[in-house]
Amino acid sequence: MNIELRAAPFEPLVELARYQSGLDESQSGQYGATAILIGTMRDANDGATVSSLTLEHYPGMTERYLQRSVASAFQQWPLLDVLLIHRVGALQPNDPMVLVAVWAAHRAAAFAGCRFLMEELKSNAPFWKREDTAAGPRWVEHNTPG
Amino acid sequence: MAVQIKYFASLRDRLGRAGDRLEVVDGLTVAGVWATLWPDTPLPPNTLTAVNLDYADLAQPVADGDEVAFFPPVTGG
Repeated sequence: MNIELRAAPFEPLVELARYQSGLDESQSGQYGATAILIGTMRDANDGATVSSLTLEHYPGMTERYLQRSVASAFQQWPLLDVLLIHRVGALQPNDPMVLVAVWAAHRAAAFAGCRFLMEELKSNAPFWKREDTAAGPRWVEHNTPG
Repeated sequence: MAVQIKYFASLRDRLGRAGDRLEVVDGLTVAGVWATLWPDTPLPPNTLTAVNLDYADLAQPVADGDEVAFFPPVTGG
């Protein structure tokens, strides 16, 4: 299991390949389903063009919340492993914002665990987005429903 | 002795500072922290609160050394 906040751009597919090569040694032959969600910054939101975005978090609480969420996912479904990477700091359009990958023996647990963790990130973990638009910066007040 | 208070995101911008420090009195709660520091500013609707890095409700008591946070609805992911 790995949970990280990243202050610099990252490449989800490279991270995924690297992590899975480690998994192949420790859980060889066990996983039959890997569910992945990659969240990417869009260049528009709520009717405005967004040129860049800043992700703020609550150091200490955000990490703690994510660790609890992953522990909760392991309690609810028979998961084998989880990789969760979330950006903080300044992002540009097309920058990956989040990667959630969940490995399980079967797809039901993989899908459910991945979905649960994404909703935790979207609705409960302390992160806040501030967008830069032509009219100036603005805080995002709510996420779109999943 | 005291509690440390933190504000985040749009709430911090609105208040004009990132935190405060408040002397503890008997029976102090999260709601009481806000009311003492911001007597003329009602807590904005939907404000979330935490004590010592865990979500807490407004009635939760706070004690010496605690960290209390106020912040707007979250928008991660």
